[in-house]
Amino acid sequence: MPLDKKLFLRAYRTMRTIREFEYRVSDEFGKGNIPGFLHLYAGQEAIATGMCLNLDDDDYIVSTHRGHGHCIAKGGDVGEMMKEIMARQGGSCAGKGGSMHIAAIEKGMLGANAIVGGGPPLIVGAALSAKTLGTDRVGVSFTGDGGSNQGTTFEAMNLAVVLKLPAIFLFENNGYGEGTAAGYAVGSKDIASRAKGFGMPALTVDGADVFAVYETCQKAVQHCRSGKGPIAIEASITRFRGHFEGDAQAYRGKGEVKRLMAEMDCLKIASAKALKQKLASRAQLEKIDKEVAAQIESSVQAALAAPSPDVSELLTDVYSSAY
Amino acid sequence: MPIKTYRQAINEAMAQEMRRDSTVIVIGEDVAGGAGCDGDRDAYGGVMGVTKGLFPEFGESRVIDTPITESAIMGAAAGAAQTGLRPIAELMFMDFLGVCFDQIYNQAAKFRYMFGGKAQCPMVVRTMAGAGLRGGAQHSQNLTQMVTMVPGLKVVCPTNAYDAKGLLISAIRDNDCVIFVEDKFLYETSCEVPDEPYTIPFGEAKFYREGSDVTIVGISNTVHKAVAVADRLALEGISCDVIDPRTTSPLDEEAIIESVEVTGRLVIVDEMTPRCGLAADISSIVAEKAFGALRAPILKVTAAHSPIPFAPALEDAWMPQEADIEAAVRAVLGYTR
Repeated sequence: MPLDKKLFLRAYRTMRTIREFEYRVSDEFGKGNIPGFLHLYAGQEAIATGMCLNLDDDDYIVSTHRGHGHCIAKGGDVGEMMKEIMARQGGSCAGKGGSMHIAAIEKGMLGANAIVGGGPPLIVGAALSAKTLGTDRVGVSFTGDGGSNQGTTFEAMNLAVVLKLPAIFLFENNGYGEGTAAGYAVGSKDIASRAKGFGMPALTVDGADVFAVYETCQKAVQHCRSGKGPIAIEASITRFRGHFEGDAQAYRGKGEVKRLMAEMDCLKIASAKALKQKLASRAQLEKIDKEVAAQIESSVQAALAAPSPDVSELLTDVYSSAY
Repeated sequence: MPIKTYRQAINEAMAQEMRRDSTVIVIGEDVAGGAGCDGDRDAYGGVMGVTKGLFPEFGESRVIDTPITESAIMGAAAGAAQTGLRPIAELMFMDFLGVCFDQIYNQAAKFRYMFGGKAQCPMVVRTMAGAGLRGGAQHSQNLTQMVTMVPGLKVVCPTNAYDAKGLLISAIRDNDCVIFVEDKFLYETSCEVPDEPYTIPFGEAKFYREGSDVTIVGISNTVHKAVAVADRLALEGISCDVIDPRTTSPLDEEAIIESVEVTGRLVIVDEMTPRCGLAADISSIVAEKAFGALRAPILKVTAAHSPIPFAPALEDAWMPQEADIEAAVRAVLGYTR
């Protein structure tokens, strides 16, 4: 089933929310309102969006250090996320996680993971819970091309095949692991074929086309829900920003980012296709843009108005009970 | 009361908890054994036979044989613990911590804190430690010190069958990640163990012997060497407190300090290497909190700062022996300023 009108508008709103969120946190970072490190998802929005539209709240995802987009797409509260990233009270992780550990546990977003390759073994566990407890839930691991080279990812794929678990390994190949090209670092050049080598089917998709991502992920989710075991997807994409905010991206070719931003902007591609196919009107899209901008603005203002976490909470939640 | 071995007590704790709670699963390498083979499907029950019999009773959905893949085992257990199961993951030898530590200390230990108290990780890592079986440098280590230093983990090292059962049941019911360190020298030891399930709280030391001249703290199997020394010295009229912390995280500091307040002398016995280890840690705690009570320097009896050698003569020299403990006790007793 392709995206229909209703789902397209949801997809567009999610992608726009992620884009606005990322550009705004970049601005606030520049103003000194955000401590620490930021790794932005701008440019990759169609992938998290297209996948999560196929999931229910009780399905699971794990994410990477570039996790804001996955969290928003899985239904994370934008206001709580902004507070968390700005290190204010009321944040999704009580100020103990930050950008690299953003999470929405109640929505099945089990956490962004700042260890590259840290997430795939965890999603094997979530899928094991689904199978053992007899639910029809699926687990999706979002992993980059960088994480695709980690041994933990290989072990996770193998174990998921051996135990025939409902796990989806979604590789977002944005062309770079930090400042090294995937073409150099991925020995096989092709992550999908490597996944097939572990004994699971693998699909490929243009990660800038939310329509294609949605349909590809739909096949993968159906595969898992029907008890056929794990499956992999490789989505090709580019990132609009550096590895981290402040990365001058000296490793990228002259004019490369500008060109790719023109060619691979998922929002522009989706809008053009939707208008042509009459899935949405320009007025509808502009209305969403305005609503999203207002939502992000109010989330920033609310975060700026909130105090820092209270230091009395430093030692809470290390353990479940008195230690 | 029935007499059971350490191995039987651990097995019984798992079986009883699995009957009580259908979310408890066992996962690891050869925890049944024989997967995909033509022979016995419960061929091993773990390499030391500790999980033997669980597979026939609970089946392959709850007693899960994995490939040799420690990172994925620990990660899968952590992910499963975050999503509704209570996994008991077996890490065959504690030496293998090196290939899976990220999933334990960066993932399982941190979920609750890093996600603001909204996640939990009720898993147990059962692992086997201890030198003296000529296992060489990679099948002999006790790395309790490495996990004890990690906030978010709890660490249990039972020294007898009774404690093993009660502490393991507590570990399985605990909502945090618990590292359960079994000493491979103790599997055949036995004592009275009740048939019914019971729990032992973490952070409560056990006094194997009570005395007033010297406090000896022993971790894992070394506590039994300390008891043997104390019993011999008792014939000379020297009386020792012999303390087994039972859990190194949380640590019953109070019991150790109260004992030192009486004896004024402390010997800590630990089969781990000396730098940044548990003996050093306990020594610093006592130096800070009971300095005024000390009548002699604190002495540490630890393994040597080297990898564990293979040849019996070398391995015996590497690890703490009763003679080393006795010499340390006599040294603190004979100390004069």
